[in-house]
This record gives sequence, C-alpha cells and structure tokens, in this order.
Amino acid sequence: MPDFEPVLLARVNKPDSTSLESYRADGGYAALKKALGMAPADVVAAVKDSVLRGRGGAGFPAGLKWTFLPKDHSGPIYLCVNADESEPGTFNNRILMEEDPHQLIEGIAIACHAIRSNTAYIYLRYEYGRSYRVLEAAIKECYAAGLLGKNILGAGFNLDVYLHRGAAAYICGEETGLIESLEGKRAWPRIKPPFPAIEGLFRKPTIVNNVETLCCVTHIINRGAAWFKSIGVPPDPANPRDLGSFGPKLYCISGHVNKPGCVELPLGVTARQLIEEHGGGVWKGRRAKAVVPGGISMGFLTADELDTPLDFNGPLKAGCLGLGTAAVVVVDDQTSMVDVLYNCCRFMSHESCGQCTPCREGTKWMTRILERIRAGHGKLEDLDTLLEVAGSMGIIPGTTICGLSDGAAWPVKNAINKFRAEFEDYITTGRRAVTPAQELMAAAH
Amino acid sequence: MPTAFVNNQEIELKEGERLNCIQAAQRIGFEIPHYCWHPALSVVASCRMCLVEVGERKPDGTVVMQPKLVPGCQTPVKEGTVVVADSPKVKAAQQATLEYLLLNHPLDCPTCDQAGECGLQDYSYKYGRGYSRLQEPKNIKPDKDHIGDQITLFTDRCIMCTRCVRFTREYSGTSELQVVARGSDEEIDVFPGRPCNNLLAGNVVDLCPVGALCSKDFLYKQRVWWLKEARSVCPNCSTGCSIQVEQNDDRVYRLKPRTNPMSQGHFMCDEGRFGWKYIHVENRLTFPVRRKNGQIRTRDWDDVIPSLQKALAKAAARAPEKCAAIFSPWMTCEEAYMLASFLRSLSPKFRLALGPVRVTGQDDTYPKDFYGRPLEPVRFTIHAEKCPNHRGVSMVLEHFGAAATMGDVLAQAEAGLEAVYAVGGDPQGWLDEAQAAALAKAQLTVVQDILPSPLSEQADYVLTGGSFAERDGTFVNYKGLAQEIHRAIRSPDGARPDGRILWELSGRRGLYSVAAIRKEMAEKVPAFSALAQGVLGEFGVLLNEHGAPEPSVVAAAK
Ligand SMILES: Cc1cc2nc3c(=O)[nH]c(=O)nc-3n(C[C@H](O)[C@H](O)[C@H](O)COP(=O)(O)O)c2cc1C
Ligand code: SF4
Ligand code: SF4
Ligand code: SF4
Ligand code: FES
Repeated sequence: MPDFEPVLLARVNKPDSTSLESYRADGGYAALKKALGMAPADVVAAVKDSVLRGRGGAGFPAGLKWTFLPKDHSGPIYLCVNADESEPGTFNNRILMEEDPHQLIEGIAIACHAIRSNTAYIYLRYEYGRSYRVLEAAIKECYAAGLLGKNILGAGFNLDVYLHRGAAAYICGEETGLIESLEGKRAWPRIKPPFPAIEGLFRKPTIVNNVETLCCVTHIINRGAAWFKSIGVPPDPANPRDLGSFGPKLYCISGHVNKPGCVELPLGVTARQLIEEHGGGVWKGRRAKAVVPGGISMGFLTADELDTPLDFNGPLKAGCLGLGTAAVVVVDDQTSMVDVLYNCCRFMSHESCGQCTPCREGTKWMTRILERIRAGHGKLEDLDTLLEVAGSMGIIPGTTICGLSDGAAWPVKNAINKFRAEFEDYITTGRRAVTPAQELMAAAH
Repeated sequence: MPTAFVNNQEIELKEGERLNCIQAAQRIGFEIPHYCWHPALSVVASCRMCLVEVGERKPDGTVVMQPKLVPGCQTPVKEGTVVVADSPKVKAAQQATLEYLLLNHPLDCPTCDQAGECGLQDYSYKYGRGYSRLQEPKNIKPDKDHIGDQITLFTDRCIMCTRCVRFTREYSGTSELQVVARGSDEEIDVFPGRPCNNLLAGNVVDLCPVGALCSKDFLYKQRVWWLKEARSVCPNCSTGCSIQVEQNDDRVYRLKPRTNPMSQGHFMCDEGRFGWKYIHVENRLTFPVRRKNGQIRTRDWDDVIPSLQKALAKAAARAPEKCAAIFSPWMTCEEAYMLASFLRSLSPKFRLALGPVRVTGQDDTYPKDFYGRPLEPVRFTIHAEKCPNHRGVSMVLEHFGAAATMGDVLAQAEAGLEAVYAVGGDPQGWLDEAQAAALAKAQLTVVQDILPSPLSEQADYVLTGGSFAERDGTFVNYKGLAQEIHRAIRSPDGARPDGRILWELSGRRGLYSVAAIRKEMAEKVPAFSALAQGVLGEFGVLLNEHGAPEPSVVAAAK
C-alpha cells in the first residue's frame, strides 16, 4: 500500500497543527458545517453505512450503537469521549489529541448533532498533561469562534464540551467504569443491561466513543461512506459475524523495534509489515519471538503468526482475543516469556477493579504463581493451574462484569499454549530462556 | 399464567411478577448459591457465585440456550425462560468461584463466630472442591476494631460481596462503610472519625455472609449451633419487628430480625437488637410477695394467689367503684384480656385504665442522608412509641368499655381507693416515687412487674412476671399487625410468665394455654375475631378497624 495517504494523521507534522487557524486553513470544520445541514438521522445513516467500527478495543460499529438510543427521548443525551487510553502499548489517541485537537472536536460536534446531544464530556487519562493543555486551549478557541456553545455556525445547534481528567486507573477506560467515574464514584463497571445507550451517565442515554472513532467521523462526513469503505478489508466470508474492517487505522509499534511509533495505515496490514516496513525491524539484529497484536489484553502472536493481518478478524483466527487497540508490542528472542507474562499479569492484577470474584482473585493468583516461578520455585503443575484459572476467568463471552477479566486471561492462555516448552524449560532448569522459543519447541519434538 | 422452567421443572409465575433466577429456583426448593444478592438490596452481580445457564423455550417447544453462564441474580425469569442450575458447567463455575474466595481466606473457623451459619462453610461443603491449590502464603489484612461501637471487622475473612456497603448506602443511607483500595487489595473500612454507629448498623453483621463483620456484643459468647431459637416480636417500640430470640440454657445471647414482609421487612434496629439486657439483670423480681403492715409474710405462689383472690373479691364487694386497675402496653393481648375479664367478673364497676405509654422524641425514619436528614421513600421506621402493644391492650380495654387513664386513677387514689392492681413491665420504669406513694395509699395494692419499682417496695402483693422472652401471647403493632411472641427461656427463680399468673388468679383450670385464651378472646372480643384460629403463623395477621384481617396485605405477603 505505498500510495496510501494518511487522513487522521495528515496534519500531524505541520507547524502550528493545533491551532484553529491552521485547522481551518486545511478545510477544518467544513464537515461540521455540512453535517449541521443534514438531519441527524442522515448523519447516523452515513456513519452506519461506512461500517466504522469502534477504535477503543471492542470494534463495535459506531453507527449501529448510535441507533440504540431511545427514539423521541426528550431529556438530555450525553456523549462521553473515551480518552482514557491506558491499554499498555497504546498511544494513538494521545497523538491525535496533542497534534490535532480540532479534528477531534469537530468529530465530537458532528457526533453530538447526530445523536441529538448538547453535552459532551471528554474523559482524559490523567497522565496526558499535554493533551489536557492542548485540548483546553482548543476548546476555548472553539467557544470564542462560535464552534461550541450556543447556536453553532448559526445552525441553531448548541453544544458544551467539558474536559475531565481522570485519576489514573485503567478501569476508567471501560465505558461504564468511565461513566461511574464521571459521576464522581469509584470506577466500578456497571452490570449490563441496561447499556449506556439506554441508561448511562446520570442515568440518561449516553454514547461512549473512542477518540479515534470520533476523528474518523469527521472524514466520513467529508468524503462519504463509500470512500471509507474503499479502504481496508471486506468481511471474511468464512466468518459470518465479521462485518469487515474498513477505513484507516492508527497502529502503535513499540517494544523491541528500531523505530517505535504510530503509523496510519489501511486496516489489514500484517504484523510483519508493521515491524519490517514501519518499525524499522527488530532491534539489535534479533528476531521477534512474540508480538502483541493490539494491547496486552489481546494475547500474543508467535513468530510463525506474523503474517496475520491486523484487522478485526485476523487476530481472532490466530487465537488472540481480537484487534484491541491495534497496539503492536514486539518481544525479541532474548526475552523470557515468563517475564513478559509476569508483567502482563502484574498489570492486570493491579488494575482489576475488584468487584468480580474471578477477576479480583484470579489476576492476583496468576501473578503470584508467576512470581514464584520466577523465583525458581515453579512446578510443572503450575502451568495447568494457570491455564485453568485463565479459563475460568476468561470464558468468551465473558462471565464477569467487564472485559478486563478476559483481557487478563488471554495473555496467559496464549503464552502458555503457544510457548509452553519455554515455560517448562524455565521451571525445570531454572534458566531464563534466551533462546528463541521456536527452537526450544523444535527440540522438544 | 406465564410458565418458566428451572432444572426441567415447571414453575408458574403470577402476572407481572418479577423474579430473578435465584427466586424462581426457590419456588421449587432449589438453592442457587449466592453471596452478593440480597432481596432488600440493589443487584451488583459481582460475587459470581450464582452463575447459571439460561435459555428460552420457544412457543414451538424448542429450547435455545445462551452460550454463556449468566448471574442468576441479575437475570429475570419470564414466560418461557429456561434456567439450568445443576449442570456440570454450572458446578464447575461454582467450584471455581469458591476456590477464588477461599484463596486468601484464613479458614480460622474454629475461632470464628460465624462458624455454623457461614455462607462460605456451607457452600464449600456443598459446592466446593475440598482443597486449595494456592501455594503462596495467604494475603493477611489487618483486623479493624474501629468499624463501629457494636461492630468489628475481621478483614481477612471478607469476601467483598459489598452487602454491608450497600446497606449503609441504600437502607440506613448514612454511607459509613466503604470499599478502600483496589483489586485484591480492597478492604472494607470507614472514613476516619466516622464509625458505623447508625441505629440500623447491627444489620450489617447479619447481612455479612461470612465471619467478617461481627457483633462485639455477641463475639466469642457462644457457638451458634448451641443456640435455640424462638419466634418473637421486638418489644422496644411499636414497629413490632419480627425477630427470633436465640438462647442457650435459659440465657438469651442475641436477637435477630426475622424477615416479615407484613411487618418491618428484613431488618431491625439496634435499640431493639441490644435492648434486651434487662432480662438478665441481678435485681429482677423473682419470688412473689405478700406483705402485711409492711412486713413480708410469704414468698410462695401457693399462698399468694388464693389470698389475693380473696382480697380482691372482698374489695370489689365492699366498694367496687373504688377499685381500679392499671394496664400496661407491655402486656400481651391475652394477658390484658384475662385480667380485664377477671376483674370485671368480680364487679362490672371495676375501673380499668391504660398505664403510661412511653414516647421518646419523634419517629426515626431511614434512609437518612450523610448529614442525618431523613430521605424519602422511607424504608424503615423506629417508632417514638417505646412499647410493643399499646394498640392491642387498647383494643381489649375498649371492648370492656374502659376509657380511664393512669391520671384518673392517681386522682382517685388521692381521694382514697379500696384496691389498685397495677401492671408494669416497662424496663425503663413507669412510675415515680410520688405516684407510687399515691397508689400505695389504697387499702389493697397489687403490682405485677419484672423489675423493682417504688411501688414494688411497698405493695401488699408483688406478682413477679416474665420478660417478653419468657412469655407467650400476641402483640399488635402500630398498624394493627397481630403477631405471636413465644417463650424462649424460663423465668428466673420464682418469677412466672404473666399469662400463667393471670390464668391461676382468674381460677382457670388446668395448665395455662395461650391458644385457648386467644380463641376465647377472638370469640368474645369482635376486634380480635380474626385470631379465631388460635395460631397467627409466621407473619402474623393484620387486623383492620373491625378486627377482620386485611385480605390484600395477607395475599401480598404470600
Ligand atoms: C478494561 C477495559 C479498559 C478499556 N479502556 C479503554 C480505553 O482506555 N479507551 C477506549 O477508548 N476504550 C476502552 N475500553 C473499551 C470501552 O469499554 C468501549 O468499548 C469504548 O470506549 C467504546 O468506544 P468505541 O466504540 O468508539 O471504540 C476499555 C474496555 C475495557 C474492558
Ligand atoms: S471484570 Fe474485573 S475489572 Fe471488570 S468489573 Fe469485574 S473485577 Fe472489575
Ligand atoms: S464485610 Fe461481610 S458484608 Fe461486607 S463486603 Fe465483606 S463479606 Fe460482604
Ligand atoms: S424498630 Fe422498634 S420494634 Fe423494630 S427492632 Fe427497633 S425497637 Fe424493636
Ligand atoms: S449473587 Fe449473583 S453474582 Fe453474587
């Protein structure tokens, strides 16, 4: 795809990319103007036609979600912009907010018009200080220019946007945890139903969308659903549930690569292409042992699975939980999977909100087993215990209140199933594996 | 009628009935294990103990099951719902959840107050795997004695069901209990300087399914399997909470609320919960007394009863309009009825009056907000009227056409009374020195009570009665609900249940039978006609103004 031209990141390296003036000079807020000239239902239809799938991790079609709002609702409807971006390896929202805040605000305004909301909350990860300052300035500019507030662009549409900083917890990114947190409570995800579209923030109908999802909306209005669907991958006929993976996507590349960063590509690029063509290859001349396809909660691809296309369907076929946030983390062949997995488990047990028994206890238990293995006291049965715990924590579809539990179970399932020989070797010899797992596997056969 | 299925058994649902899977299974006597769910609290579906398989039976008879396990507490049962709660998949999930809950549990059952009535013990026994695969040391959390004046927390036993937290948010409204920290480091705690001392606080101990929240009053006093229970009614205010009195060897150890949809619901207040200690005080009145010229002549029932019978009959014959009795709102209906009919049999002119009805402050309603201001809708009321049977005793007195008050009797006492028969029973005292002196001027002074009073020091006859835990009978609460109290313990030494005293005094033959009196009373007193069956059942019988049961409420409670 050499001729793909970035859309979402198009303005990123321009000088003064964050100012309203430069955004307008590049044609900014034309989409809003166009949308305000359309009936809200037509905006929803356009987004629905584009099959824009949520970029926050679950891949739920945005337009479809918007249609779940009650019809003829007379009270307030809210939009919550999920900018809590905390999935390890993920930093694309940050770039969008720091470099091109007006693209997001325009998307927010269009979405609010579509869902008939007059209030949007941006729930921002606390650590994103620069995003906070940039967004704050951009929102101010918008109010001054009549792009937010009352009677926007003279079209009779009112919208207030509030920027809210979270207090730094992964669980605040789960949409109902986010809503609870916004309401000033502990971010304990809610049981569903009711889903937020029926009863969300302050018990009113609410749509939660990711930053990148909303940025895409701007371009869909500008260029049309057909344009959006001309990018990416059509539905896999072998998977009747696959809706296709259309549009551009921001991929994050980090870990053991020469050139970590964030690139915009059509959905469907393979992990290998990302590493080789965009990440500058694995560092220090080493090889990749494992690759996280979309944030650690999605699990691992092995070196043999690097040609997996990173669209909404590809990682599933390789036994991963999904595309997640499309944040690729590369693990080189000198790194122990035991250490990698320990790190994943430690994170999840630290971030579990603690409501559900399996997640609260299971994440901690797995962490402690791995701690013991790393301390040289592992037993081979531990691997079965880990798999069993992961199995009861993460049965898809999940048996816990939110998806964190599944996301905590998946790296364990993948790591032990795909790298079992390395774990066994570690336990029996006490050696930190510095040999590529593939060779160990071959030796075991 | 809508039909649903639990473990292949059909259950009928009433129109508009909203049941979850746990409640639907209860219909066929099947228990779906659960911790966080409680019928009086909001649903959080977090413990994941109640996972079941759920599906739908289509009109054509085919059944489509959902692929995943769902929490039974959160899943409504409707027409055609199919619940499977005993499949291998469900059992595996139950085992897994229990193993998680027990991972860091100290298993200190031998020293734990909850042992014997513990949700963790019971479910582990029924659904658990029997051993733990945890090889790491357990996560020990510090005990918290500061939770409340009456409550202590054994933090490491807590399973984080949050019932206690929800109770203080939703029921008392006072929100003292909180979850602090996150994930497996979570603990229950209070804010510094804001202990959980609201008047409903004791309920969190009952709500706690394990031995985490314990009652300081009960702690280490008894193993629960030694306790025997008697159904009763709290006598401390006119709410009339349904309770059970738990005793061993004639000692009461605790009161617990008994769920009664027609009465207070699921809970009770701490005034009532801890308000029974007077039962076992040192100075309880024990043996009866007959005095002559201020000197104790006998302390023997076999002498006291016949001699009092004679003395009362004599007084009533001599000057019936100068004979008066003071009834106590602590009496049961049967006691009041027996005394009233006995005295009126001596003379229809015998004056019957209602004694003092203690009222303290205002009705105290819950929930309250953080600052103690009452909120609507009210979910619990502690009534200002601090006695159990004002309404029932008044109904008896009304039947006998008695409208006098204690003030009337006192006024008459100044003018000189032939005989006065005063019943006490309020453990906080019910008359002062001056009133006692006035009553004692009567030619014949009789007092029936459980604790010493200025009157018991000088009365000619002191009849030593029983506390509520020692008696059988009926209390009628503020809204007309008639409930039975049952004897839990024997009275100390020579004290006797008041019903038995009155049975013998009124010359009835054979052994005192509360059911016989209740039937007689229902026959003679129209206001009590609804009690004609003699037994009032677990929830009691609601009497309307005419004494008939209120059918709508009875049906709703079923
Ligand atoms: C544990 C957990 C953490 C999550 N964190 C985020 C997050 O940081 N940002 C985000 O956009 N979505 C996050 N999600 C997904 C959200 O719940 C939700 O699906 C998403 O915000 C919806 O927006 P979208 O449809 O535009 O993707 C998280 C989900 C889970 C279960
Ligand atoms: S799955 Fe984990 S993070 Fe999600 S609600 Fe349950 S305990 Fe909290
Ligand atoms: S203290 Fe008891 S009631 Fe409260 S959360 Fe723990 S186990 Fe549940
Ligand atoms: S509310 Fe009244 S009846 Fe109920 S427990 Fe308290 S004192 Fe007893
Ligand atoms: S009782 Fe259903 S999840 Fe706790």
